[in-house]
Amino acid sequence: MVAEFAVEVFQNEYLTEGAREVDAIVTVAASGMPAAGVAPVDIAQVVIVDCSGSMRYPPTKLDAAKKATATAIDTLRDGVSFAVVEGTGSARMVYPTHRGLAVASPRTKTEAKRAVRVLVSDGGTAMGRWLALADQVLAGHEGPLKHAILLTDGQNQHETPAQLSRTLASISGRFTCDCRGVGTDWQVDELRKIAEAMLGTVDIVADSRGLADDFRAMTATAMGKAVGGVSLRLWTPEGAEVRFLKQVSPTVLDLTDRRTEAGPRTGEYPTGAWGAESRDYHLCVRVRPAGVGDRMLAGRVSLVTPGGDVLGQGRVLAVWTADEALSTRINREVAHYTGQAELAEVIQDGLEARKAGDVETATAKLGRAVALATSSGNTDTAKLLAKVVEVEDPVTGTVRLRPRVADADEMTLDTRSTVTKRVGKGGG
Amino acid sequence: MTNCPECDEPVAAEDRFCESCGRNLLVRTTPVGGPDGTAAALCACGSTEIDEEGFCEQCGRAQPVGRDRMEFVLPTIAGISDRGRRRARNEDSMAFGHVHARGVAAIVCDGVASSERADEASQAAVDAANAVLVDALVEGTDPERATVLAVAAANRAAGALARAEAPDVAPSCTYVSAMRTDDGAVVGWVGDSRAYWLADVGNATPSRRLTKDDTWAAQLVADGVLTEAEAVNDRRSHVLSRWLGGDSGQVSPHVVALRPEESGVVLLCSDGLWNYLPEVEDLDAARTRGTTPVELARELTEHALAAGGHDNITVVVIEVGGGRGR
Repeated sequence: MVAEFAVEVFQNEYLTEGAREVDAIVTVAASGMPAAGVAPVDIAQVVIVDCSGSMRYPPTKLDAAKKATATAIDTLRDGVSFAVVEGTGSARMVYPTHRGLAVASPRTKTEAKRAVRVLVSDGGTAMGRWLALADQVLAGHEGPLKHAILLTDGQNQHETPAQLSRTLASISGRFTCDCRGVGTDWQVDELRKIAEAMLGTVDIVADSRGLADDFRAMTATAMGKAVGGVSLRLWTPEGAEVRFLKQVSPTVLDLTDRRTEAGPRTGEYPTGAWGAESRDYHLCVRVRPAGVGDRMLAGRVSLVTPGGDVLGQGRVLAVWTADEALSTRINREVAHYTGQAELAEVIQDGLEARKAGDVETATAKLGRAVALATSSGNTDTAKLLAKVVEVEDPVTGTVRLRPRVADADEMTLDTRSTVTKRVGKGGG
Repeated sequence: MTNCPECDEPVAAEDRFCESCGRNLLVRTTPVGGPDGTAAALCACGSTEIDEEGFCEQCGRAQPVGRDRMEFVLPTIAGISDRGRRRARNEDSMAFGHVHARGVAAIVCDGVASSERADEASQAAVDAANAVLVDALVEGTDPERATVLAVAAANRAAGALARAEAPDVAPSCTYVSAMRTDDGAVVGWVGDSRAYWLADVGNATPSRRLTKDDTWAAQLVADGVLTEAEAVNDRRSHVLSRWLGGDSGQVSPHVVALRPEESGVVLLCSDGLWNYLPEVEDLDAARTRGTTPVELARELTEHALAAGGHDNITVVVIEVGGGRGR
């Protein structure tokens, strides 16, 4: 493995006397991946296509889903293992027909696309069962990179939320899954829950004509991954408490509760598969305060492979000082991502309040979101917000709820609320 | 049979020089450049696991590195130099030597914080002075004359670090030294680093301070302008009137001789210690009797750290009198 993980820590390590909370942004940049990608034999991908009855309306929806699946199959590199699963109230193998994987070749790709073409929509929606079948199929794959795409257009009606949670708990960490909701009848919360558990992305494809491009991009990204099952290992000193560990770029993903103990004062958090990419994490640790002049290692962050190889390491420090000019300094990266995490939260809270008819709360939260998006230069989110609220003053966040909002606009804002703007490093 | 401290080859007790490397076996000194930082085997929290960057694997506390904490022990003399809690680095230095059957010599210099590279200045000064004083012990030179020569050498060494374009911040330091001879000790100083005589019993030769600070405040007290109490609180109390370094000119030390009638220790220290224990009574109250030099040095250093450690702390303890082994 030639992959290198460069770990950089941004923080103000100076604490005033008696202070105990240490914040740091940990930037992890993976590079040194083989130019041609990893060996195809290492990669497996399963596409899960929703074939519930609702996919018939409008009829173009299922057609678009089939086309997108065919595009995903075409994007597979020869030699990669793959399968297609049909999702309804249960789950069924589309290709290959046995519960296993096929090896991509011109012949198997043609066969798979033929099998996809004849899919019909009929039945319910039980995503946990779809994922369980994908898990069974992928379990037979020996390579390190396992990826699934889940496409749905509806709500998880044919199993309880508890059933889905149980399935997610048992398969989480075994493969990554990107989720796509087509149309506007699916639930953002539901797909977000799956994507977060499976360390994948979630997005809306309001217009099914966009599906094929999206599937191609997701598959290409999966083909570009080089290291799977990477964990973020965190050592903290005795008596310390990890207040939170969040991925904050490219999206907000709270990992705090995903910790598994890995030795004395050490825990591991899953980060999934990595290609040549960069992610930022916000770590907040509460340590035992030491005396003025003391230096402490408040955290050691390592990226480790499932085999325990350390790919990169960074240190989070704490230095107690009587110099207030030092201890009151605000770290730009920490401030930026604290704002981005709050942005995601106020958007979700605001939309929730709006749905519940609480105009006052919705206006306040979404107004705050507009102000945060504006001050941080998150123009993508600002644009999405402007479709849900009328902005009077973007700086103070003075807004009015729009009386009529397209479902697609609201769902797009909700789905993409966790997408953060990267902090500009160095200069402005 | 022991081993040569230089090359570890066996040497006989009567050898004056090592047969293998030629080292003078009768002379032992702190290394030039300062003792290695004490790589603490044990963190203050009790853990023995220290990572490669010097952080404790248990409590995370940074362990002292390099000049942060230096400790050195020779027969009848020991010293500690500690960064303290507030300063970013340790600008104090210490050096000492032990010459078999002749005596010991020790120097403490405190880098002047307002000068540049004050740590280099103090280290260069103690090393230069130590070489002169140890030679004087070997050759039997008069200790008072040796002290004057040592100060001149230290002044030249610190002065050599000055940059022509920055004379105002020429690396500078204070100086205090002691030479133990057959019948007592000779102390010399420039600046406000101090020497004290701490008697074991104190009936015949009571404990006392041996030095008078070269500060403007001390000068004003001596001239009757300020009282002792006023001087302590005066902002000029630490402003030096004399020092070593490129901008000091020719400096001759104050020299005093001590001939105690009983045993005790001579304590050399920087103001990082005496700020907390200024009077000899304070020192006598803070120390445990009957300890070894290194134990006493540690005890006093810990006292200053516990009191806040606002400045670098250097403590050198020399056993004197009472038929102590030379």
